[in-house]
Amino acid sequence: MTVLAQQLVLGLLIGGLYGLAAAGLSLVFGVMKVLDVAHGELIMLGGYAAFFAVGLLGLDPFASLLVVIPLSLLLGVALYWGLFGFVVRADEETRVKNSLLIGFGLALTLHALAVLLWTADERSIVTPYGGAVLSVGTLSIPVIRLASLAIAFALIGGLHLLLVRWRWGKAVRATAEDWQAALLTGIDVRRAYLLAFAIGTALAGAAGTLVTIGYSVSPSIGLEWTLKALIVVVLAGLGSMLGTFVGGLLLGVAEAASAATFGGPYREVVGLVLFVVVLVIRPRGLFGR
Amino acid sequence: MLEIRDLEAAHGDIRVLSGVSLSVGPGEIVALLGPNGAGKSTLLNTVAGLLRPRRGTVTFQGEDLHQLHAHLIVERGVALVPEGRRLFGSMNVEDNLELGAFAARARATKAAGLERVYTLFPDLRERRRQLVRALSGGQQQMVAVGRALMSSPRLLMLDEPSLGIAPRLVRSIMDSLVEINRGGVAVFLVEQNVQAALGLAHRAYVLESGRVALQGSGDELLRDPHVRRAYLGPLAMHQ
Repeated sequence: MTVLAQQLVLGLLIGGLYGLAAAGLSLVFGVMKVLDVAHGELIMLGGYAAFFAVGLLGLDPFASLLVVIPLSLLLGVALYWGLFGFVVRADEETRVKNSLLIGFGLALTLHALAVLLWTADERSIVTPYGGAVLSVGTLSIPVIRLASLAIAFALIGGLHLLLVRWRWGKAVRATAEDWQAALLTGIDVRRAYLLAFAIGTALAGAAGTLVTIGYSVSPSIGLEWTLKALIVVVLAGLGSMLGTFVGGLLLGVAEAASAATFGGPYREVVGLVLFVVVLVIRPRGLFGR
Repeated sequence: MLEIRDLEAAHGDIRVLSGVSLSVGPGEIVALLGPNGAGKSTLLNTVAGLLRPRRGTVTFQGEDLHQLHAHLIVERGVALVPEGRRLFGSMNVEDNLELGAFAARARATKAAGLERVYTLFPDLRERRRQLVRALSGGQQQMVAVGRALMSSPRLLMLDEPSLGIAPRLVRSIMDSLVEINRGGVAVFLVEQNVQAALGLAHRAYVLESGRVALQGSGDELLRDPHVRRAYLGPLAMHQ
């Protein structure tokens, strides 16, 4: 029983990162109707940025977020201007197809580039408080992962406030709902797209940082994170960032439960089963509009 | 004020407008009538910048609109209430209205604009915190008109504002257009409800198969045998 509870707690902790990883993908897909399958590679880049920020600048691992998030924002702007800004000129059906091609191309390129620059080795950040554990009854909770969960939640909450309160946040939501109506109210929807993509990339960077702190980074983690994020987006549905976060927690817990019940190899299967079940029973997702 | 010259527009390979010329003067209410598929919505969408014309020009107060992005056309003072209202359903009434004042020119007068809309449609003031999804069709249409007004337009274009709305509310929407027009805003109205449209329009055009088939004052067209037969139904012939 304790073993199961311990597994579930660990599942919940990684679920927060699933939620954060999915939030960026969900924002980009919801607003631009573009599926950025290179989202996992952006997470991977964020992880390396954090790794080097800690190694070269001597920053505290969590403080490296203050460097990685602005850098990721800039990367998002560059990618939008260089690649995805062309995709959104097409009509919506063509957009998804074109974005898949561009996304896979970008993913392969970034993966190869990362191997070339940093080798295929796994790297992680060693911190003085890395082994610290919080004991609650019989459960032991790794402090780093708990802090990561809190930060992920804070970032999602901040994003939620931004989308609900800020003028341009409302413009982004309006664009997601009906881009032509948004144009008719005087919103420059291209700028809303740029904003959504830049913020989505920044969230990927933040997720990558937390992944590298709590686990590790290597050039090949991208695909796995894209898949997790996709599953969460389908599970939670579009339109609510908090819903996406909860979706991530659910996936984390479900994975842990099935790993504890059926054994480790089944960890990945449960996500795909959930994916299919939600698509069949509730195609717009648990919290989708 | 609005001058459309020789406008040609197409959806893909299908030509919808073939050489339309018309104008709306300052302070006028102009109606655009015609059967389904005549190109009325296409015309409004082209003026609003959602669709690029193939040929021809659209000028507003001497400035070319047909090269501008849609959001800049709003900034110039041309607003469209689109067919089917197209509100942001997950937001409340006031958020929808405030988004209407997104353009820089309108943002300065946002508070006054809100007051103006709530005075025009008192129903909306009580429901300002309600999600627009929860409103009736007529109330939603009021939000749509209000949202367009929030950009403080000089020309207000409306695409079938009476569609799917209870007759009593059609009346109040049409009255509000007259009220808006009294405030100095030109109105360009596409309407299936010909009687209602001609009742308030100073002038009207009839669009058929992508061309202007007829034009005249509202009264002239109401008396025109072709208009009566085609748009007001056989019973109207004997009235």
